[in-house]
Amino acid sequence: CNGARERTLSALRAVAGDEGVCVGAALREQHGRDESVHRCRPPDVVVFPRCVEEVSALAKICHHHRLPIIPFGTGTGLEGGVGALKGGVCFSLRKMDQVLDLHQEDFDVTVEPGVTRKGLNSYLRDTGLWFPVDPGADASLCGMAATSASGTNAVRYGTMRENVLNLEVVLADGTVFCTAGRGRRPRKTSAGYNLTNLFVGSEGTLGLLTKATLRLYGLPESTVSAVCSFPSVQAAVDSTVQVLQAGVPIARIEFLDDVMIDACNRFNSLSYPIMPTLFLEFHGSSRSLEEQVTITEEITRENSGSDFSWAEDEETRAQLWKARHDAWYAALALRPGCKAYSTDVCVPLSRLPQIIVETKQDLITNNLTGPIAGHVGDGNFHCIMVLNPEDPEEVKRVHEFTERLARRALAMDGTCTGEHGVGLGKRALLREELGPLAMEVMQGLKATLDPKNLMNPGKVL
Amino acid sequence: MTARVLVGVKRVIDYAVKIRVKPDNTGVVTDGVKHSMNPFCEIAVEEAVRLKEKKLVQEVVAVSCGPQQVQETIRTALAMGADRGIHVEVSGKDYDSLGPLQVSKILAALAKKEEASLIILGKQAIDDDCNQTGQMTAALLDWPQGTFASELVIEGDKVKVVREIDGGLETIKLNMPVVVTADLRLNTPRYATLPNIMKAKKKKIANMKPGDLGVDMTSRVEVLRVDEPPQRQAGVKVESVEDLVSKLKEAGRI
Repeated sequence: CNGARERTLSALRAVAGDEGVCVGAALREQHGRDESVHRCRPPDVVVFPRCVEEVSALAKICHHHRLPIIPFGTGTGLEGGVGALKGGVCFSLRKMDQVLDLHQEDFDVTVEPGVTRKGLNSYLRDTGLWFPVDPGADASLCGMAATSASGTNAVRYGTMRENVLNLEVVLADGTVFCTAGRGRRPRKTSAGYNLTNLFVGSEGTLGLLTKATLRLYGLPESTVSAVCSFPSVQAAVDSTVQVLQAGVPIARIEFLDDVMIDACNRFNSLSYPIMPTLFLEFHGSSRSLEEQVTITEEITRENSGSDFSWAEDEETRAQLWKARHDAWYAALALRPGCKAYSTDVCVPLSRLPQIIVETKQDLITNNLTGPIAGHVGDGNFHCIMVLNPEDPEEVKRVHEFTERLARRALAMDGTCTGEHGVGLGKRALLREELGPLAMEVMQGLKATLDPKNLMNPGKVL
Repeated sequence: MTARVLVGVKRVIDYAVKIRVKPDNTGVVTDGVKHSMNPFCEIAVEEAVRLKEKKLVQEVVAVSCGPQQVQETIRTALAMGADRGIHVEVSGKDYDSLGPLQVSKILAALAKKEEASLIILGKQAIDDDCNQTGQMTAALLDWPQGTFASELVIEGDKVKVVREIDGGLETIKLNMPVVVTADLRLNTPRYATLPNIMKAKKKKIANMKPGDLGVDMTSRVEVLRVDEPPQRQAGVKVESVEDLVSKLKEAGRI
């Protein structure tokens, strides 16, 4: 058996070079965990291909030896997507880090998987363009495509689903192809099945993503940020719905509940009123901003909003939004020494007040720490569960809470994951969400594209 | 109200690029490598534009020395809010040996020609880290200098500069005309937005040669060789303190 292992390693080294194939324990552990609470599941080997040809050749070797293939971007996922449950070969794509083919007038760019969202926006900074999808971490853009990521400004700019034009994919058997045809980047198309969006959100279970062509936007001319407190969750959500109905092209509309506001006050010695609070951001020209802010302020007032403050200069805007920016750390600071796990459900806007109220009651009844932050414009919110991971009883209570929360969302026509993905922990919930027939279709697609089940086994399905 | 601010902007290899030394060790690879405005020059431009927005200066002129490509860098400054640009054409051998001495002579000549009362430069460039151009320019003009500025306030015909120094902060007052060099915390530069980039295309960039300004480009510095830093060696793990001590002795460290 040792002979076979050595032969496989030699074959891998012949493709990726000696430095491109690693079996050291530390490096394998690094590549067996992400930023979720799932425990580390290291792969047997980590390879570092330098180009798509190497990815394909390495995949062929794995395919021949029936070795699981686990794609790895920045390891910043939140659902345990990179754990090598059955061992195998982790493909760290970080050496493929070039920004290729920027087309400024067409508002598109193609990137390799080692390029992160902040890296891309830094590259673009002189062009007046940016890629707005902004999940918390500085994630790999191909990783973001793989998990169908989203950020705080999805309400205006969309998620990865709306912003990936084309993907270069390597299948488990080494086949390389482009989902929209090589080099193609029309802004819209009705040509054939939408393979691009099949792979967006596939979480490494259908193929490796080695190039992504992304839709870019113009940087906002000016930005205004605002904060407003409300007497109830209902009032905050009603305001959100009315702002959207009024046609205000709001860029960000974030919700923090009273528990979170209290945590932020304590963490930063701030003095926000301890009430449900909306954090808003507007993008546009100076004239358009004036109009947007005026309409929004009126709406919040009609919904009993108070303490509406807004600012245009960067320093004051940062101050106003400080609570929202530090939310994660403020939550952690509530119980030093503990870890945090973020839940992630999404429901139609009209059901948001009910689900938040019921969830808060659940937290209190079960003595759990879970301040709430949400992308309320999308109906998506997160409970930041602060827990002691060494306390099995608490871990169990948190796990049961998140299951109840997911089922509550499903019962309200929603989804068990708004932006983090299914990964390891939500596979059963996915079955409940989709139902057996849709699941069968998904299983069929998986069987067609990866008949040996080598691509990130044990995830999603 | 002060009339004119001159801002120097340098085109350098982008900070995010992994630098590679040329195989012949004469320099670093620049062909096909992404270039952008030196980050400290961005801060300098931002400060000048803010002064104009506060109506404390009337006109911001962006200057760059180099070949055709530096026009992109001047355009970026124009997109950030500079009013017009000056491209001093330097290419070939002159560009290879272009350094703070030549640039400061050019800036001094331009400052006189344009009747500028304030020159703002980045404190240093990220490619050569010289940190000399501002100081040399001030010396050539016999102007006072406020270097490593983290704050700049115009008070009538004087300028108050807070400088970042080893011990903390030093506040000085200078009579204009002055040279100021921008440090990191002076401001956060704005991104150029598309409408401003469009507007910048219509702004004027004047072309001239160092000879037109009477500047001698001879360099007194010759680069002999460029090498990469030595490769980092793998570490060695030891099992016990005794092992560690004996290894350190072997290496002559204790």
